[in-house]
Amino acid sequence: MLSIRDLRVNVDGLEILRGVNLDVETGSVHAIMGPNGSGKSTLASVLAGRDGYEVVSGSVTYKGQDLLDMDPEVRAREGVFLAFQYPVEIPGVNTMYFLREALNAVRKHRGQDELTAGEFLRLARKRVRPLGIDPDMLKRAVNEGFSGGEKKRSEIFQMAMLEPALGILDETDSGLDIDALKVVADGVNALRSPERAFVAITHYQRLLEYIVPDRVHVLANGRIVRSGDKALALELEERGYGWVEETAQQEVHSGV
Amino acid sequence: MSSATDQFEGLASQEYKYGFVTDIDQETLAPGLSEDTVRFISAKKSEPRWLLDWRLKAFRNWQEMQEPRWPNVSYPRIDYQSISYYAAPKSADDRPKSLDEVDPELLATYEKLGIPLEERAALAGVAVDAVFDSVSVATTFRERLADAGVIFMSISEAVREHPDLVRRYLGSVVPPSDNFFAALNSAVFSDGSFVFIPKGVACPMELSTYFRINAMNTGQFERTLIVAEEGATVSYLEGCTAPMRDENQLHAAVVELVALDDARIKYSTVQNWYPGDKDGKGGIYNFVTKRGACRGRNSKISWTQVETGSAITWKYPSCILIGDNSIGEFYSVAVTNNHQQADTGTKMIHIGKNTSSTIVSKGISAGVSNNSYRGLVKIMPKAEGARNFSQCDSMLMGDRCGAHTFPYLEVRNKSAQVEHEATTSKIGEDQIFYLNQRGIETEDAVSMIVNGFCKEVFRELPMEFAVEAQKLLSVSLEGSVG
Repeated sequence: MLSIRDLRVNVDGLEILRGVNLDVETGSVHAIMGPNGSGKSTLASVLAGRDGYEVVSGSVTYKGQDLLDMDPEVRAREGVFLAFQYPVEIPGVNTMYFLREALNAVRKHRGQDELTAGEFLRLARKRVRPLGIDPDMLKRAVNEGFSGGEKKRSEIFQMAMLEPALGILDETDSGLDIDALKVVADGVNALRSPERAFVAITHYQRLLEYIVPDRVHVLANGRIVRSGDKALALELEERGYGWVEETAQQEVHSGV
Repeated sequence: MSSATDQFEGLASQEYKYGFVTDIDQETLAPGLSEDTVRFISAKKSEPRWLLDWRLKAFRNWQEMQEPRWPNVSYPRIDYQSISYYAAPKSADDRPKSLDEVDPELLATYEKLGIPLEERAALAGVAVDAVFDSVSVATTFRERLADAGVIFMSISEAVREHPDLVRRYLGSVVPPSDNFFAALNSAVFSDGSFVFIPKGVACPMELSTYFRINAMNTGQFERTLIVAEEGATVSYLEGCTAPMRDENQLHAAVVELVALDDARIKYSTVQNWYPGDKDGKGGIYNFVTKRGACRGRNSKISWTQVETGSAITWKYPSCILIGDNSIGEFYSVAVTNNHQQADTGTKMIHIGKNTSSTIVSKGISAGVSNNSYRGLVKIMPKAEGARNFSQCDSMLMGDRCGAHTFPYLEVRNKSAQVEHEATTSKIGEDQIFYLNQRGIETEDAVSMIVNGFCKEVFRELPMEFAVEAQKLLSVSLEGSVG
């Protein structure tokens, strides 16, 4: 589904990603872990198409298409969903109105009929329930006055409504207490399917106890320095990021 | 000849930008302003002596006055002697014969705004016989209004049919000597509307649709007077979202509202006069005096305005809160793009006890435009328990435009409570990206963010116009981001 080849990205002239390679198969869940400043969020932003990231070289192929060539809204309509680390507030814009516009834009792109207000409302009620979101929250402006936990739940709710092919979770666990984390993880797990893939970006192993990944990758200094199964996450937890960074350095020096 | 003179010179003989040529017909007065001009206008309209004297007094006042220089706008000096102050309504020969002769760009804008097909021709100035049955529509409306006892007619008609009412209230809120442009208007006003809602009557309809049909060619010096007697209520909408073409560059209108005990007047404006082109050439100068007097106890006057047009806007719809417990409100969205300049806001003068006022102003600047909020809240010594809340938010699109806030506060009563909040924000790239990431394209994202920003004002508009105003905002800001 997603194939990243030797991706190099600069931000403000600084090289942040230094040749990332990653393959995400349909139906799989990949976790990307790494210390602060390793380039995790940059990777998420580049995949979603945020401005201000200069792709120096490399390629990203998504469902056989050149992802980097698409405008952000086209990527979204093609099924790329980014659950933001810091969802932004949009005062005065009703959450349900916004989401209906978004869903209809996506549906139109897929050649489906737009949902009527009634159909949309029924779908929203169904999807909101398992996430423990107070339905009143949906009457408020997008993310306005939401607590950190509410924002993250709202992101997962939006994902459940838009039914993307590729969900990218950017530190969705940060700032969540354990109960909220479980709710969010359940929301993601409910969406797991053979047609859908996830990339979960996280600093901590904790999230991966609830969203169990097929593959774990460690990003350090702008490169993926280790890949393995879920055991790698546990090993990291035990030994710390210093361990992978050191071994990665040694490999670079010894030319492995 | 100065450039200002050029601009104002013989507009009637100028080739009209949108393809229609205006010939000078015999009914147009030669440019120039003197007592004779005032007498000519008054005579043409067969006005009574008292009104002529009133106009002449205003004219003499005006001659002593200086054009205000304090607004935060700049424009070439206006040569008042180069303007023609009277033109008879146009004959059909001077106007486009069908929509085929109208600029396609203008028609495209009507389309985007969702203006009903049958209204487009009228707005574009096409000469049609009995514009889509407006005569019969108008007659039906008039009958309904008359049954309720509501008087709604042009001010010229009202001078003839209800001279006592007009004489009692005309100039009672905005005296002819009030300011330079109000004095000019008083001397040479062409026409306008008169509304009278008698005691205890709730006007049975929004005075909007009717107005929209009949607002064509009201002229550059418009005069509106609305009186609501004890317990009466009325909602009045002026203007139209469609970009209105007008050959007159200077507009100096006066609007006066009078609310007696327990009366309510809601006055909504959507102003979309020609703003000039992308380089700042042309466009209307909109210098307006709007003021309402809450004379009675528990009376309420509410101004809502959406200002997107005109090259220069200079207006401060105000409330004088005389009656105890009276309420004044001002809700405003002012959008400036390209080279537009706006200096707009309100004055809330608290005189009576327990009077309260609310000001919500949303300014949006794009392009290289300048947008200023200027507001005065004045609490007089006897205004025991007066309250005001003001909120002034500015949004900047791009980094070449300006937003300015000039709040003035004069509090002379210790029991008053006055609150002022102000914010300035840039339309966030983060917000646009967030919406993009959900599949919404940039133009729609901007429109959504801007409409969210203006929500508190839009919800004050009559429903149908709230929808149109939202579309209008999107069209006005098209291409200003990204």
